[in-house]
Amino acid sequence: MRLLRLVPDDTRFDFIRFRRISFPISAVLSVFAVVLYFTHGLNYGIDFVGGTLIEVQEKDGRAADLAKMRATLGALELGEFQLQEFGGPSNVLIRIAQQPGGDDAQQVAVQKARAALGEELEYRRVEVVGPRVSTELLAYGALGMVLAITGILIYLWFRFEWQFALGATIANLHDIVLTIGFMSIMQIDFDLTSIAALLTILGYSLNDTVVIYDRIRELLRRYKKMPIDELLNLACNSTLSRSVITHVTVTLALLALLIFGGQAIHGFTAVMTFGVVLVGSYTSILIAAPLLLYLGVGQNRGSDDDVEDKPSRP
Amino acid sequence: MLYMSPMKIAAILLTAFVVCMFAAPNFVPESVRDRWPTWAQRHIVLGLDLQGGSHILLQVDANAVRREKQQALLDDTRRVLRDARIAYTGLAQRGNSVEVRIREPNDVQNALAKLRDLSQPLGGILATTGARSVDITTNGNLIQLTSTEPAVIERVRQAVDQSIQIVERRVNELGTVEPLIQRQGADRVLVQVPGLQDPTRLKALLGTTAKLDFRMVDTSVTPEQAQQPGGTPPESELLRGTRAEGGALYVIRKQVLVPGADLTDAQPGFDQRTGEPIVSFRFNSGGARRFAQATQENVGRPFAIVLDNEVISAPVIREPIIGGSGQISGSFTLEQANDLSILLRAGALPAPLTIIEERTVGPGLGQDSIEKGMLASYIGSAAVVIFMIATYGLFGIFASLAVAINVAMIFGVLSLLNATLTLPGIAGIVLTVGIAVDSNVLIYERIREEVRAGRSAISAIDAGFTRALATILDSNITTFIAAAVLFYIGTGPVRGFAVTFGIGIITTVFTAFTLTRVIVALWVRWQRPKVVPI
Repeated sequence: MRLLRLVPDDTRFDFIRFRRISFPISAVLSVFAVVLYFTHGLNYGIDFVGGTLIEVQEKDGRAADLAKMRATLGALELGEFQLQEFGGPSNVLIRIAQQPGGDDAQQVAVQKARAALGEELEYRRVEVVGPRVSTELLAYGALGMVLAITGILIYLWFRFEWQFALGATIANLHDIVLTIGFMSIMQIDFDLTSIAALLTILGYSLNDTVVIYDRIRELLRRYKKMPIDELLNLACNSTLSRSVITHVTVTLALLALLIFGGQAIHGFTAVMTFGVVLVGSYTSILIAAPLLLYLGVGQNRGSDDDVEDKPSRP
Repeated sequence: MLYMSPMKIAAILLTAFVVCMFAAPNFVPESVRDRWPTWAQRHIVLGLDLQGGSHILLQVDANAVRREKQQALLDDTRRVLRDARIAYTGLAQRGNSVEVRIREPNDVQNALAKLRDLSQPLGGILATTGARSVDITTNGNLIQLTSTEPAVIERVRQAVDQSIQIVERRVNELGTVEPLIQRQGADRVLVQVPGLQDPTRLKALLGTTAKLDFRMVDTSVTPEQAQQPGGTPPESELLRGTRAEGGALYVIRKQVLVPGADLTDAQPGFDQRTGEPIVSFRFNSGGARRFAQATQENVGRPFAIVLDNEVISAPVIREPIIGGSGQISGSFTLEQANDLSILLRAGALPAPLTIIEERTVGPGLGQDSIEKGMLASYIGSAAVVIFMIATYGLFGIFASLAVAINVAMIFGVLSLLNATLTLPGIAGIVLTVGIAVDSNVLIYERIREEVRAGRSAISAIDAGFTRALATILDSNITTFIAAAVLFYIGTGPVRGFAVTFGIGIITTVFTAFTLTRVIVALWVRWQRPKVVPI
């Protein structure tokens, strides 16, 4: 049986020189993402701004009459609200902005909406987040991001030299910034599951980066005289086959979730697919590795001769 | 690296087998499982997003507890000073404190001594710190009493404990399966009720304080007069009737004849004459005696049944009620009568509960999510397996076998922890499948490299394992840190994702270090390969 070879043996791509293209691209995209964040903004879900979310379904597969629902809800004077078809013509997602007047007011709004829409609909999901909880969740989400990045930074610092920790952190902040930009363009709900998606992207992307860094460290010990850019290239090329194959398997898993996992986790998987499939591996090879060039990795190597087949680890 | 003693191989296989077997209880019907010993019954619980149900987070109104505590302090101060026959003036609440002015300067020390009895040492873990329940300060003949913060916190804690008990009783009356009611943080109660079609009734039951009092109607003024500024007598208050009663105003005495706590039973029923729904109740002996005495003294005058500061009804006492039982008729529907009797039986909440978060998933969506989650898992896993076999042939089959055992072990650990499986949790498992094969990819690619470097088959396999495992550990720990943080900050479905993803990382590392090696080692011993088939 002939086996599938996605990457031929002994590739010699000059990834490091490619930084002259990848760095400006990433810089421009990152700035673009930040600008988007401040102009276009994120579509904060009720987890973080409070409010009500109701998913209804017309019975027997009838198409929902959005205009009629809009008129019905509009008459209630509940402030800002949105209606949106959700995964099919008979499903409607209703969002009602947070009501002034504290936690009790939110419950009153749900009752009013439900009474107005009637019991002819199937209420598939009702979520109400009051002002107290949304404030806390936002704080927790932000805290989580900071904790995760700090924890990983500290771990890498222990395990590698500080340059590696710094390089990995810059590279992965770049992933997060781009993903947030993506969420801003697509106006995907930014809620607690988005934080989960972002942390997963962070974890996966680092996983990828660490594999390459591990190899760089190994090569640094083995080849004391090899110029650093050549060495970084060698590390990327010798792990390239692994990067591609793992990338394919993770992509297959994510695509299955994205296509067949249903509406309920669609935003979650869309964000992860973007971060992992489009950004994660690109970052590891074309950002994280070349960054080490500027962080002064490998300058204090001894001047012994290259040792060809020394074990990588004591 | 490749040589492993038979003992070690046996231990690894046994561990994997045992962990996988913990998943078994999930696959037998509940009726069968119930007859197993409890240690064997541990199984995965489906999250509310999969089985449908309501997640309701309630907050105890700490301010109400504070106000009530201050009112009690005021009443106690009055009682103590009266009992000690100390003349005072200007007893009032001011800010967070109660203030009173002692008329005779000579009495101040005496009053202080008496009032100090109100300040109890706090129990529990605070007992050793010498903290007391009330701070007392003086300024000339002005005495100021303040409930200390630890005392208020302690009272809130008690209020949460009591609320949990009462909420439990109320929810159990709904006849739902396996409701979960637990404390969350300092002042919150989490209620999770699976399989509820419409949480409206549940929310109404949870959101009602159900403080019921029997009091007299003050007939010295009309409600119209009482509405004028200063028109309400100081010992009375103006209360509104329930909507069913037309929302009329009543002047009700503050003094409580019989508190609702004296009720022992309440049942819905029908009035024998009018046929309308009513709630009949029974008092305990103390309540019965007090109610008999009060009705004897007040024949011909109206009394009021007050629920949460609303007048349910205000009938005229026709004759003394000495049997210790009675009925409340307030133009109820049958369901209202039913709910009121549930509330009265369960007792009143010590402080109002506010719903601060609600997440309800209908059974339809839950079922859809299960089906879609399963479909995505099958397709995702199948795609990964096909790709791995296409890429690595026999070694791809080894990898798929390792991943299959890996997933079975995830289910085993989840069962052992009685963990909750949510839709994002299923996504976490699918993602684990994608990432778990990475450990195999790392090993195999390393073996390929070692072969290219000119090593013999067995030596290359050995070196491949040795060098890849360090990388596997490093790369998985970073991902695990992210999962751990997520577990810490997340709730509900998101936490479900963190759980499966985190457990998945641990089983992945375990599998890479042990099972994959055992499989390959056994194969090497059996085949004595000259070339590595990858």
